[in-house]
Amino acid sequence: MSTFTHTRDGVVVGFDEVEASLLRHLVREVRDLLDEGQGRPSEPPESTADLPDAAALAAMTGLDGPDPTRPDDPVLARLLPDGYRDDEEAAGEFRRFTESSLRQEKWQAATAMLADLPGDGGNEVRLDTETVARWLTALNDVRLALGTRLDVAEEMPEPDPDDPDAPAYVVYLWLTELQDVLVQVAAEATP
Amino acid sequence: MSGTVAPDRAEQIEVIEVADAARPWVTIVWNDPINLMSYVTLVFQKLFGYSREKATKLMLDVHEKGRAVVSTGSREQMEHDVARLHAHGLWATLQHDT
Repeated sequence: MSTFTHTRDGVVVGFDEVEASLLRHLVREVRDLLDEGQGRPSEPPESTADLPDAAALAAMTGLDGPDPTRPDDPVLARLLPDGYRDDEEAAGEFRRFTESSLRQEKWQAATAMLADLPGDGGNEVRLDTETVARWLTALNDVRLALGTRLDVAEEMPEPDPDDPDAPAYVVYLWLTELQDVLVQVAAEATP
Repeated sequence: MSGTVAPDRAEQIEVIEVADAARPWVTIVWNDPINLMSYVTLVFQKLFGYSREKATKLMLDVHEKGRAVVSTGSREQMEHDVARLHAHGLWATLQHDT
């Protein structure tokens, strides 16, 4: 299991080899999911001089392609929820203006967390309060994805060891423990 | 007389329209089984600048009542708040206050 050592301005998390590689795998999976259906969030092209104006604008803003609709995949629908509950038209409009940047923001948080994570072999990673804040949202997205996939409830009985979901549930509990420690660190830094 | 409205009726409609426009929009956070209570409190503090006490009370409302109004204002402000809450993984929607 991971070890946590609180420091003056953050926490040192010790991952073993399996944990570090598992966490990398899970964060990458969420990042790939956010890419789905729209390609990697594109960097603005170096030069747009040769492009017609409309195409240049679309390339820079990402406002090209068909309007996004509520994702069919329950995990993606949880990561990118509707902004209106009983108004489909308003929800569609809200999604049209916000989904692309929400995807991009989550994608960037996942990418930043991947860069912070220790490489193969497992190791300690020192997180200051700024890094903790970055990790919290990316890690929470991983918990949202796995928790939705497992259909977790507030009061969960211990899973049957023969349940095919049991190993994934153990991973979910480990992510929850990690999240809990990081929230404590961030809360201490928030008056 | 079609197309015209009796004076007292017109006044009534105007009053309703003014009341409707004055009705604020609200951001609602819904309970979910995944987000940690401590995390939800932290997000309320961070995004809205609420004290820990106020953020904790709102979090408990979400947890116990299933939902809580976390901010009130114009439609544009509430759309902004909902987008920020989504970025932090909370389940939020906006609606015209009832």
